[in-house]
Amino acid sequence: MRKLFSGLVTMVIISSFILGACAPAAQPAPAAPAPAQTLTIYSGRAESLVKPIIEQFGNVAGVKVQVRYGGTAEMAAAILEEGKNSPADVFFAQDPGGLGAVDSLLMPLPDTILSLVPARFRSPKGTWVGISGRARVVVYNSQKLAENDLPDDIWDFTDPKWKNRMGWAPTNASFQAMVTAMRVLWGEEKTEQWLKGMQSNNPKVYPNNTAQVNAAGAGEIDVGFPNHYYLYGIMQEKGESFPARNYYMRGGGPGSVVLVAGTGILETSKNKEAAQRFMEFMLSPVAQQYFASQTFEYPVIAGVKTHRLLKPLAEVKSPDVDMPQMADVKGTVNLLRKVGIIP
Amino acid sequence: MGIDIATRLKEIKMVGGPGRNFPWPPTIIWLPAVAVLLLVLLPLAYLALRTMGAGSDLWGLLFRPRIFQILVRTVLLVVAVSGVSLAVSLPLAWLTTRTDLPLRRVWAVLTALPLVMPSYVAGFVVIAAFGPRGMLQQLLAGTFGLERLPEIYGFPGALLAIAMISYPYTLLTLQASIRGLDYSLEEASLSLGNNGWKTFRRVVLPQLRPAIATSTLLVALYALKDFGAVSLMRYETFTWAIYIQYQTSFDRVLAAGLSTVLVIVAIIILFIEAYTRGTAKYHRVTVGIARQPVYRRLGAWRWPSLVFCSLVVLLTTVLPISVLLYWLIRAMVVGERFDIAWSPALNSGYVSLLAALVTVVAALPVAILAVRFPGRMSSFLERTTYIGFALPGIVIALALVFFGANYAIVFYQTLVFLVLAYMILFLPEAVGALRSSLLQINPRLEEAARTMGRTPWQTLRSITIPLMRSGILVGAALVFLTTMKELPATLLLSPIGFRTLAASIWSYTSEGFFARAAVPALLLMLLSSVPMAFMVIRERRGKIE
Repeated sequence: MRKLFSGLVTMVIISSFILGACAPAAQPAPAAPAPAQTLTIYSGRAESLVKPIIEQFGNVAGVKVQVRYGGTAEMAAAILEEGKNSPADVFFAQDPGGLGAVDSLLMPLPDTILSLVPARFRSPKGTWVGISGRARVVVYNSQKLAENDLPDDIWDFTDPKWKNRMGWAPTNASFQAMVTAMRVLWGEEKTEQWLKGMQSNNPKVYPNNTAQVNAAGAGEIDVGFPNHYYLYGIMQEKGESFPARNYYMRGGGPGSVVLVAGTGILETSKNKEAAQRFMEFMLSPVAQQYFASQTFEYPVIAGVKTHRLLKPLAEVKSPDVDMPQMADVKGTVNLLRKVGIIP
Repeated sequence: MGIDIATRLKEIKMVGGPGRNFPWPPTIIWLPAVAVLLLVLLPLAYLALRTMGAGSDLWGLLFRPRIFQILVRTVLLVVAVSGVSLAVSLPLAWLTTRTDLPLRRVWAVLTALPLVMPSYVAGFVVIAAFGPRGMLQQLLAGTFGLERLPEIYGFPGALLAIAMISYPYTLLTLQASIRGLDYSLEEASLSLGNNGWKTFRRVVLPQLRPAIATSTLLVALYALKDFGAVSLMRYETFTWAIYIQYQTSFDRVLAAGLSTVLVIVAIIILFIEAYTRGTAKYHRVTVGIARQPVYRRLGAWRWPSLVFCSLVVLLTTVLPISVLLYWLIRAMVVGERFDIAWSPALNSGYVSLLAALVTVVAALPVAILAVRFPGRMSSFLERTTYIGFALPGIVIALALVFFGANYAIVFYQTLVFLVLAYMILFLPEAVGALRSSLLQINPRLEEAARTMGRTPWQTLRSITIPLMRSGILVGAALVFLTTMKELPATLLLSPIGFRTLAASIWSYTSEGFFARAAVPALLLMLLSSVPMAFMVIRERRGKIE
């Protein structure tokens, strides 16, 4: 026993030395000029989706890239807590809400970057740009329903015939962005009516889009309201026989709004030049083709082909929503709280 | 039957009870304990800072019927999970330590394993197995034509998923405590004509009280802070509401306000536990050494006991592993390829081992202070260590992000800082285990060493720590297993590029790649069973010595 204990003590001492030795090495030296440029990215997008293309940038540009992966909300909160000491150069967010939350810490981007992306896919203040697009869709169980059974407009799901057949993920940022689009397109009152109508149809509440799409495939629900690309990730694993399909609203409207995942550069970054090169690369045809073919998303620049399984962006009846108005996340959260959908 | 054992126990309690003069603790004990205290107070300081920055509208948002409703649901879940885990653990602990149950060691390893499962994995597994069109329903549909199962979402699912991954807290602590019992008391009871059941109820159970209380406390606080399972089960709890504030509105102020309410709930739970503790003594007070226990023959109970163990293991270990394997195989059939990345496994094992060591070392002075120098200060200190455990991981992680980035930038996002975060998160797991085992050691042994000229440090080394071995091992195991699966602090505070198994699993599941997540998840279970097996085998050897 004594041996065990002295062994423990020795281990602790040795490990604290190792840790001590590692500590200075692991953190970026602020003053010393680095031999090669290092770019630090906080990514709210999953490693499995973006790692290959980020690595490719590192190789092409000769920049050492380090990435911290996590949820978009957690990453945004961390950047806010870190304040001016944030080690991050670039924030790669899953949704505009995350970028909006740290908006005040982001630097204004040069026109050379902003001009690459259509206005509806970038920040109204010019602090971030969209890198890939995702459409809001209806996912339906293809054993129970056909596309013809589904209504033209998302408003029609308030019909009592959908009672107990639907699921949604109201805490999800993309869902909330869709509600913001509703407020812009329909006005406050109609949006509230839609939310109440949906509530009275007793939708099942899912924590995220993945769970929702899985539930649709399992027949737990007949229809759900996710982003378009989750279905394809699941089909990769479960095969194309997975009995769920996407439906783009025939009549367009807020139910088929196209949102973006995007990036911004932190004002406190010491590697702004490398960060800008990163963004330019992400908007290059190579990277855009990657998102289109590997993650089943929509490219945000012209001239890139979408995946064969996807409905081309030009055919999606996506409404034109004014970006500055889309920034009012707070108003949407308050409305959702008022109706009692979120706490 | 002339002497009532209960009376005898009461007499034991009186010896060295209140009224004894407790000396001022040696510096080697109180100084590190205070240092630990300051660290665990960091998250509270952060919450105070954030809520102070709030306007009056925070109160309006906090005091709403919806929030109250969520509070009630939370309490309901906490009580149910605690009850279930105790009801499962008590017989399991007894069977695996004191009876001739076949394959005792195998059961001991398998029943502890669910602790390592991340809560969202448990949630997905429960849905896959018992959800609508889940595996069970399809099985029953084939044989009995059953179309619908009782709804798993909501309370039942949350209870099942959380109890499944938290009952080992109670089990492991109880096992250690039963091993530390002095068998002579039971012998006396049996020789006085009490049957086995009566002896258990009147002699063993009262002695297990501290272990039951501290471990149930851990389970209760765990149920309070779980997010993954409750969100998948659509059961709205307080922690869920806190996460939602970050997720939906990036509202750090309201989240901090809600967290403060959660701290108050945790303090109430801590008070309840303190109330059940009392001031009893749990060590042998007379001359002599503890008797080695006799393993009881199960006889006719052998089969029912085996069925019980099998059911628990089936539900909490075999089922999750089968679901993971099913996901994996199904994807392989469709043509997915998998490669095992060993470096996350290595990172997870390495950092968890470090966290276990550091946390046990940090817990030692706190436990000694609480047991050997009881008083208001020491009990305040011990209770405070639980705060970090009761709060949602994201709150602790953000608190440390704030303090790290702004006041300790040299250590921020280094391994030192990460291990420190784990220590703050999991300290009570070690404190509770150490405390229960320390209570079973007679302080006179230490006093004897001191009178023979040993320094406090020497006494600690040669008497106290060796005698606490079983508590130390359990404490280390608990911290190790829970660090393996920790997520929020790992994602935000690890050195950049430092990948762990838990992070890989999360990354895949968040995008719906369940089969790919199954690989690291299975690796996590496998890797964790190694130290568990080591612990169980070591424990046996100790008995023979």
